[in-house]
Parts: sequence; C-alpha cells; structure tokens
Amino acid sequence: MRIYATYNIKGGVGKTTTAVNLAYLAAADGLRTLLWDLDPQGAATFMFRVKPRVKGGGKALIRGTRTLDEAIKGSDFDRLDLIPADFTYRNMDLLLDTEGKGNSGGGEPGGRTSRKLGKLLAPLADEYDAVFLDCPPSISLVSENVLHAADLIVVPLIPTTLSVRTLDQLTEFVAEFNGHRPDILAFFSMVDRRKKLHREITQDLFPERAQVAVTAIPYLSVIENMSVERSPVTVYAPRSTAARAYRALWSEVRKAAA
Amino acid sequence: VTPGLAGSVASGEAATTCGDTVAALLDALGREFTVLPERADGPRRRTWLDSFDWRLHKAGFLLEYVHLPRGGELRLTAVTGSGAGLAPVAVQPVTGWQSSRPHLAYDLPAGPVADRVGSVIAPRAVIPVATITSTVAVSRLLNEDAKTVARLIVERPALATGTPATGTLTPRVSIAEVRGYPGQARRADRIVAEALGTAPAAGDLLDETLAALGRRPADYSNKVDADITPRMPATQAVAAILLRLLDTLEANTPGVLKDTDTEFLHDFRVAVRRTRAALKLLGDTLGPQFDTRRFAAEFKWLGDITTPTRDLDVHLLGFEDTAKSLRAAKPDDLEPFRSYLRGRRAREFRALSRVLLSLRFRELMQEWRATLTMIREGERRQAGGTGRSGKISAVTLAAERTRRAFAKVARMGSAITPDSPHESLHDLRKRCKELRYALEFFAPLHAPVTYGKVLGDLKRLQDCLGDFQDNEVQIAEIRSLATAMLAANEAPAVTLLAMGEVTAGLAAGQNAAREDFERRFAAFAGLEGQRRMSSLLRGVAE
Repeated sequence: MRIYATYNIKGGVGKTTTAVNLAYLAAADGLRTLLWDLDPQGAATFMFRVKPRVKGGGKALIRGTRTLDEAIKGSDFDRLDLIPADFTYRNMDLLLDTEGKGNSGGGEPGGRTSRKLGKLLAPLADEYDAVFLDCPPSISLVSENVLHAADLIVVPLIPTTLSVRTLDQLTEFVAEFNGHRPDILAFFSMVDRRKKLHREITQDLFPERAQVAVTAIPYLSVIENMSVERSPVTVYAPRSTAARAYRALWSEVRKAAA
Repeated sequence: VTPGLAGSVASGEAATTCGDTVAALLDALGREFTVLPERADGPRRRTWLDSFDWRLHKAGFLLEYVHLPRGGELRLTAVTGSGAGLAPVAVQPVTGWQSSRPHLAYDLPAGPVADRVGSVIAPRAVIPVATITSTVAVSRLLNEDAKTVARLIVERPALATGTPATGTLTPRVSIAEVRGYPGQARRADRIVAEALGTAPAAGDLLDETLAALGRRPADYSNKVDADITPRMPATQAVAAILLRLLDTLEANTPGVLKDTDTEFLHDFRVAVRRTRAALKLLGDTLGPQFDTRRFAAEFKWLGDITTPTRDLDVHLLGFEDTAKSLRAAKPDDLEPFRSYLRGRRAREFRALSRVLLSLRFRELMQEWRATLTMIREGERRQAGGTGRSGKISAVTLAAERTRRAFAKVARMGSAITPDSPHESLHDLRKRCKELRYALEFFAPLHAPVTYGKVLGDLKRLQDCLGDFQDNEVQIAEIRSLATAMLAANEAPAVTLLAMGEVTAGLAAGQNAAREDFERRFAAFAGLEGQRRMSSLLRGVAE
C-alpha cells in the first residue's frame, strides 16, 4: 500500500482537484484505491456525491471506537472508495493531541501524536494498493500526521516566488523527521501561460530541482467545472487538455512512489 | 462489478417473458431510485475451472475464465459465510489462455488468482468444468444526490453450443451492493424479490449449468463411498464396493493417458490397490465359481506396470523441496538428476500408455464389470425374491473381516522390537493398508465419530511406517539411478555428491520414523486403541 498526500500550506492551489483526479486515475490503472477527505470543507466528498458525514464523527475514528473500515463508501467507479469528510474534522487537531498522547505524554514534535493517522491506516494495507490523503490547508497536527503517514507528498504550487519558498520550508521540515521520511513531488498548478511570472518561474524552477514534476496543470475552466459536474475531469472530459495533463502527472507520481 | 447480495432468477421460459420481467423490474426500481443503464456486454464465454477432484469447490472457491474482447481474465470468487452469495477474491488478466486445455498449478501465469489457487490445487491441474455464453446488462441505481448506491445486474446465460444438455438456463437478476450503502442494496433486493416473475435462485450459476448438463458439483471423489446398507447381502455389498472402485479406475484412465496431472495415476493406483485388497479380504464371498486368483493376478499386473512412473513422479514432485533442503551441495547441482528423472519418466510413461491402450487392459475392464454386475444383479434377484438371501449380511461381513485384519496388525506390531529387521515393519505396513481399506470399504456402516478417531490413529501409524519404508526405497532408487546415470555418462561429480546428500537426508528421516514407531503403534493398537476398535465393530454389528 502506497500512501500519497496532496498538501500545501496554502488553500485554493488545487489540492482537492489533484487528489480527486489522481485517485480516479490510480483506480482506473487497476489499483485498489482509497481517498480520505480530511478537509472539513468536504470538497472531495462533494465531488464524489457522497454525504459529508461519518458516523460518530472524527472522534470515533481517532479514538478507534469505529474503524476506518466502517466509514468507507464506494464511489461510482470501480476500485475507488472514499472516506468522507465530516464537519467534526475541524477539531481533529485537538483529538489527535489528546488521543495520541494516551497517559504518558508523547506530544513532542514527531512523537506519538503525529503518527496516529498512519496507525489508523495500517489495517487497510491488505485491502488497498493506493491511499490518497486530501489534507486541509494549514500547518497543524493533522498535516504533520499526514506527512508522517505518507510515502509521497504531492505538492501543488502556484508559480509565485512565495510558493517556491513554501516548498523549501516543507523540504526542510520533512528532512528533520526521524525514521520514515516521505518523498516530495511538487508540480505547478493553475499555470496561466499568459502571465509572464508563471512562464518564468515554471521555466526556471523545473530544471533546477529534481523534486519538481515535468508536468504542469494549466489553469482551465474545465477543471473548475468539477464542482458543477461533481466528477473527476478525467471522466466527463477525458480528451481535454486538463485530463491529458492529469494523466501525465499520475504517471510521474506513480513512478516517484515506486 | 461485484456479484450480487443474493441472486434471483427471472422466471418464464421464453426470452420475451423474461424481457417483460426485466421491464417490470426496472419500473419497480424506478419508483425508489433513478435507474441509469451503465453498460451492456455482448455475449461472452465463461468457463469454470477446477481440478478433477473439485479441490476449489471443496475449499469454497469458484474459479472462472472469462473471454474478453482482448484476452481474458481469471476470476476467483468465494462462497460467503452465510452461503447466500459469492464474494470476489481476486481478478487476474491473462493472455493466451486456452480454456479447453488443462493448466498445472505450477504453470499458472503469475498473479493474484494464481497466488490463491496454486496451493489449493497443487499438484493438480485446473481443467474446464463447464462453459456457458452470457450477456450481462448493468444498471446503476442512484439516490437523490445522483450517487450510485447499488447496481442491478441482469445476466442471460446460455449453454455453449454443441454441449449435450438436458435443460436450459434461466436469466438471473441480482443487486450488487456499493460499499457503505448496505441499506439501499437491501431495499433494491426486496424490490427485486417482490417483483412479479422472479424467484430466488436455488444455487449459483455453476450449479444450475451442471444440472442442465445432467451433472452435479463434486461428482468425482477418490473415496470408496459405495452404495451399501447394513442388511444388504454380503455378496451384493462386495460387488458394489468393487464396482465403485472400477468406476474410479475408469474415471481416471483418460487423465492418466493424457498425462493431465500426476494425481490421475495416483488415484488409479489407489483404486487398483484397494481392488486387490478387497479381493484378498472379501473375494471368497463372491461365490465358488468366481475366479479370485485370476483377477487378483491381473490387478497385480496392473499395479506393477504403473509403479515405475509413479515412483519417478514422487521424486519429481518432491524435487524442489529436496533441492532446497541441501546444505553442502547447491540446488543447481541436482539439475542433471532432474533432467535424467524426466527422461526416464517419459520412457516409463510411454510403456504405461501402451498398456492402458492394449487389448488386455480393455478386456480386463470389460470382463471385470460384466462379472461384478452379474454377481450383484444375481444377488439382488435372490434377495428380492425370497425377501432374505439366507447368507450373511454386509454388516456381519464388515465386523468379521475388519476384526480379523485388526487382530493381524495388533499381533504383528506387538512382536516388533527395536532389533526387529526392517522387513517386519514393511510387512506390518501392508497389513495396515489392508485394515485401512477394510475400514474404508464399509465406512457407510460405521458410527462417524469413532470411525474418524480410529482412522486418524491408523493414518498416523501408516504415515510413520510409510516414511520408514519410502525413504528406504528412495535411497535404493537413487543409488541405482546414480549407477545408471554414470553408465549413461550423464552424471557430473557435483550431481553425484548432491544425490549422496539427498540419500543422507532420507536416511535421517528413516531413523526418525523408526524412533517414532513405538509411540504410533501404541496409540493405535494399545489397550485404548483395542477398546475403541471393539466399540466401533460392536456398533456395526448392532
């Protein structure tokens, strides 16, 4: 089982559209795939037409009174399942902190509280080949958990100087992990060819860094339409430039995590 | 698409009636869900596969090969705990699969299905059990968010053209659950069950297909399972047992000749051995005009001519394990030995085939069947005419002969001391085999629990004696094979050294079996064992 996380500290950079399309493509590739929508906003859940509710809420999952298994919903597509978002996920930080510590502390950085999510996923290893974690935008205990659980962090970057700095920060943060360290694959997202800055940054940054994907996802209204179609763009516009770009990105992601 | 929760059969003989049923069904479902067609597959061939002795079926699996437009796939499903339906286990795309051909466990193309199936069927091959052609139409059932919450699957199966059939197949509808939406699947299932013209399916599609072909699942077993009853005249029971063994012999002959897998010959030989034991233990009951000696000699011949091939099969079947167990030699050192064994086996197999195709063999089978049938029918007429035959019954014969065989084993075994020659253990093994067969012939007459215990202890004693003798035989065989390889200039020094190491391992195994003997024998034929045997035979006699 390979765990992929789509992560960026900023919101609105295309995390969810990436998670939804990559998860769909993984399943279409024959992998038994699970997408966990950890964002209380529930955008990925909405796109798969699943109700944003988990019985017992995030608390029951983190405490283990209900297993992840019970929360799983089948999508409309073969081999692709979903753990829906729940509004209680907004308190997940708190839950992870109290539940992860148990009686004997463990709240230090990289400690037990930051590995709880990975432990919850472990029993699913026989059932799924690929797990995608769609992470809420922030630096929090949730994102730290996600980073610890992941084999590969997929980072959408909007081509601005600032977002490039974010990638450096993330790389440094992950480099300090003890034990298992996830790989990072960033890619340019929402690229607008008409903007000079976008052109410059995508051209300059790519050759310099191995951790930046060749594929960039352009800024296209067909992608924005996903929330109207409530479906991956690769499904309702399979021949579009957007669908082609996501397919190219998936093959890079799959290779990077191999 | 996941197979359904429960199957329902759309009733009606003609295709139009079935069409109406499906239309009515869609209508009924449409009142609760939005129903959208998802896909319709054109006619596809489905071939079920299993070993000749139904090992997958017995393990609760169904394996099928589905012919797809390009290539095909192996699909493995398992009977669910509730027995209500089938759950998917694994799917494996395969190319170049010829479904009419047997595929040995070791030769299955690597993949998830082979991983699950290989160990269940080894060392057998999967062979086609039945083939159908079917069209499948799948519709999605959507909730108010336009989310798929279940699927309706309509399958219209038909027997493959050219199969001699006694029946036809009914269309099947089923509801497939989407994970996390069990309530909706149950609701849809209820609608299907309540719809006009549907009836619950009695079994899976394979069961129905086999029934239409005039067969049933697991219709082969190497067990004796003769059709005998306690009060049946002994002669009739013995004839029934021998006829059942003859069925097994004949059922395996084509598989032996085609060399489908090694177990055909194994079952064939077991049936020959059982026949010989039955002639020896029970032959006198077949009447004064019955020529026991002649048939005994013919079956001895049949046993003997199958021995060389089987012995080589045993070497080859255990080859990988033997090679892995080597400590000083490298596994590759043994390769010339393996190719020599293969060549030798091919020669022996040709000789065996000639015998099984010979007039002598064919006549033996025909004459044997005619003789046994005549004896059985004669007894039936007599018993039917007078109501009693006046002779002893099956149950009396069973008790008397089993007791006699057990007494022999007990006597011979207790005379064996640590200093006894090897031959005494070999002889005891033969008597144990006879006793085992005597028990198995009359298995339907015994109380199952005590029978199971007695047989279990006997089996463990037999395994011990088997290890003792087989290892000795194998050592002798490897030595003579080494000589033959050397003479044929096919024996590199490293190979001979490795073969030496193999014999050393076998000798160690033989010693271990010898040390285990006292314990095994005491468990079976000690005081407790004798009491158990008495109670078993008393149970029969009552």
